[in-house]
Amino acid sequence: MTNILSAQALAKNYGDFQAVKGVSFTIQEGEIFSLLGPNGAGKTTTISMLSTLYIPTSGDAIIAGYSITKRPMGVRNVIGVVPQDLALYEDLSAKENLVFWGQMYGLNGKALSARVDEVLEQIGLADKAKNKVKTYSGGMKRRVNIGVGLLHKPKLLFMDEPTVGIDPQSRRAILDTVKALNQQGMTVLYTTHYMEEAAELSNRVGIIDHGELIALGTQKELTKQVGETETLILHVGKNEDPSVLIATLKNLPNVIDASVIDHEISVITPSAKDILADAIGAANERGVKIHSIDIREPNLEAVFLHLTGRALRD
Amino acid sequence: MLKTILIGFKDVKLVFRDRAALILMLAAPFLVTVGMALVTGRFSGNNNSGALNIPIAIVNLDNDSIGNALVEVFNSPELADLVEPANSSTAEAARALVDEDKLAAAIIIPAGFTQSVIPQNGNIGVNAQIEFYANPARPTSAGIIKAVLDQFLTRLDEMQISGVVSITQLIASGKITPQEANQAGAELGKRLENNATNFESATAIKIKTSTAAGETNDFDPLAFFAPSMALMFLMYTVSYGGRSILAEKAEGTLPRLLVTPTTSAQILGGKVFGIFLTGAAQMFILIGATTLLFQLHWGDPLGVIFLVFAAVFGATGWGLFITALARTPAQVGSLGSALMLIFAVISGSFFQIANMPPFMQRLSQITPNAWALNGFETLALGGTLAALTTPIAALLTMGLILFLISAALFGKKNLMQK
Ligand SMILES: Nc1ncnc2c1ncn2[C@@H]1O[C@H](COP(=O)(O)OP(=O)(O)OP(=O)(O)O)[C@@H](O)[C@H]1O
Ligand SMILES: [Mg+2]
Repeated sequence: MTNILSAQALAKNYGDFQAVKGVSFTIQEGEIFSLLGPNGAGKTTTISMLSTLYIPTSGDAIIAGYSITKRPMGVRNVIGVVPQDLALYEDLSAKENLVFWGQMYGLNGKALSARVDEVLEQIGLADKAKNKVKTYSGGMKRRVNIGVGLLHKPKLLFMDEPTVGIDPQSRRAILDTVKALNQQGMTVLYTTHYMEEAAELSNRVGIIDHGELIALGTQKELTKQVGETETLILHVGKNEDPSVLIATLKNLPNVIDASVIDHEISVITPSAKDILADAIGAANERGVKIHSIDIREPNLEAVFLHLTGRALRD
Repeated sequence: MLKTILIGFKDVKLVFRDRAALILMLAAPFLVTVGMALVTGRFSGNNNSGALNIPIAIVNLDNDSIGNALVEVFNSPELADLVEPANSSTAEAARALVDEDKLAAAIIIPAGFTQSVIPQNGNIGVNAQIEFYANPARPTSAGIIKAVLDQFLTRLDEMQISGVVSITQLIASGKITPQEANQAGAELGKRLENNATNFESATAIKIKTSTAAGETNDFDPLAFFAPSMALMFLMYTVSYGGRSILAEKAEGTLPRLLVTPTTSAQILGGKVFGIFLTGAAQMFILIGATTLLFQLHWGDPLGVIFLVFAAVFGATGWGLFITALARTPAQVGSLGSALMLIFAVISGSFFQIANMPPFMQRLSQITPNAWALNGFETLALGGTLAALTTPIAALLTMGLILFLISAALFGKKNLMQK
C-alpha cells in the first residue's frame, strides 16, 4: 500500500496558543482514515493545514507527491474538501452552486454539466436541483456541501464533521455515501467526535486531543490498549441527577472508571455481568431510576476515556 | 482570467437576487430622484395636465417675414403647453433674464435675418445667425426649445435652397426682373409661414448656441438629481460589494475558494470585477430608466459610457478601501453608508457645489461623485467625450490610488491566507 498523505510534525499556533502540537501520521491509498477527537481538539485546524488553507507554523505534509507548503497548487488539484461549516451560496440553486464550484476546479462545457448531473444523482438531489439552497433542510444543505467536494473526482477527500447537527436519516445517508465513495476508490480523511462514526467507517483511527495525536491504529489495535474491559451503560431518566451516583460507582469493586454523558452512565469494568447487581443496588440506594441497561464491548469511547480520563463528548 | 470573470458574474447574479440590495441600488435612487424633483419643482408650476410652459424670450430684431414666422411658431396653439414665450425688445434684456434664471433660454433673431435667407432686390443679404442663449441650469428645458428651433430652421433650410435656386434661375433666364424677384421672395416668406410648423429632417443652417456664463442659483431638478442620486447610491453598491468580500470570508465560501486550484489574485480580482460590473449595471439601468420615462437627455452616448465606467472604477476603489479598513461585513456596511451620505453632501449632490464654501469645494474633489457630476453636467450641456478628459482622468487616478492602497492593506490583513 502506498501513502497518499504523510504528515510530518504538523503544528499550528494561533498567537501564543498551540492549537496543533506537531502531529504525524500517514494515510494509505484507498482507506478511510478518521481523526476522532472532542470539540477544540484541533481537527479542523489540521485539515485546514492539509488542504493548504492555513500555512503550518512548523512541519509539513506530502500529498500525492506535493508538499503542502511548497506546492500548494499541486495539492489543491488532487484533494476535495468538505468543510465543517456549510460553504455554499444560499441564493444560488444546488445546480448553480455545483456548476460554479466545478468551474473553480477548471471543469467546463459538456464535461462539467455531465459531472454536475452525476453528482446531483449521487447526493440524491437531482429533483430539487433548481431550488435555491436557502430553501433546503439542514440535511440537504450538508449533501450539497459534500457534492461540491466531489466534482473534480479528487483522489483524496477531506471531510470535516460532515454529519454535525442533522437528523439521523440524513446522517445515515451521508455515512452510506462515504462508504460508497470509498468503494469507488476514493481515499477519505474523515473527522468526527462521534465514536460510532469512526468505528463504522474507518480502517484506521487517529485520536486527537488538545492538539496532540494520542493514539493511532486500527480499532482492534486501539481497543487492546484498554485491556479486556467492557462498558456497562445505565440509561437514566431525564429528571434524574446521576452525578451523585458516579462517586459511589467508582468505589465499587471491579469498577475501573465511571462517567456520565447526557443521561447515560458508563461504567468500565473487566466484567459487566459481575458488577451489574452492585450497580443497580447503588442506583436504588441513591434514588436514581434506571430505564435500561446495555453492555458494550471495548470501544473507542473507552479508549478515549482510558487515555484522557474524560469522555469524548465533554 | 477566466475564473476571475466567472467569479465576477457569480457576484452580479447574487446581487440581482438580493431584493434588499436591488431596492437600494435601483428603486431608491430612482424614487429619490423623482421625489426631489417634485419637491424642488420640475413637475410643479404646471397645474394643467402635462404642460411644461418653459419660459423663454424671443427678441425679433428682424421684423421681417421669417423672423415673424418664427415668433408665430413659438406662439402657435400646438406649442402652447410647451413654451411660454415672452417678447423682449432687446437682446441684452433677454440674456439678463436667462442669467437671472427667469428663463430657460432666449432666442435672438438678428436684424436682416430674412434678407440673409431670401434674396431681395436680387441680392443675397449678409450672413446673419439666430442666437440661441441657453440657461445651463435648465439643460432639459433649453434642450427642448433648441429642438423646436432646429426643426424650424431645417424647414427654412429646405425652402431657402430651393427658393434661392429657383429665383436666381428665373432672373438669369430673364423670366422675371429683379424687382419682381423681390415680390417672389416675399411670397416665399409667406409660404414659409404657412409651412413653418410642418417640421422634418435635419438642419443645415447653423445657429449660434451660447450658454449663460457664471454660476446659477437654481437648476432643472431632474437633470441634476438623476445623476447625483445614481452616484450616491453607486456608493452603496460598491460598499455592498466590498462587504461581500468579508461576508464570503465569514460564511466560508472564500476559504473554500482558496482550497480550489485558484490563486488569491484571481479570487480578489473576481470580487473586484463583480463590484465593477454591478456598479456599471446599476448606472446604466438608472440612466436608461430616466431617459425612457422622463425623456431626460444625458448627452453624448459615448461620453456617458466612458464616464460611467470611470465613475464606477473610482467608486470601486473606495469600496475596496473601506473593506480593507473594516474587520467585519457589518463594519463595511456602516462605513459604506456613512461614506455614501458624506460624499453625497460634500460633492454637492443635494445642494449645488457652487453655493458651498471654497474649502468644501476642494474637499469635494476626493469624491467620485463630484467628478462624475461635473462630467454629466458637461454632457447634458452638449459636451462630448472629448470634453471629459479632466473628470475621467481624475476618476481613474482616484480608483488606481485606492486600489493600490487597498491591496497593500489586504496584504497586511492576511485576508486571503493564514
Ligand atoms: N482562528 C483561530 N484563532 C484562534 N484560535 C483558534 C482559531 N481556530 C481555532 N482555534 C482554537 O484552536 C483549537 C482547535 O480548534 P479546531 O477548530 O481545530 O478544533 P476542532 O477539533 O475542529 O473542534 P470542533 O469539533 O469544535 O470543530 C480550539 O481551542 C480553538 O478554540
Ligand atoms: Mg472543527
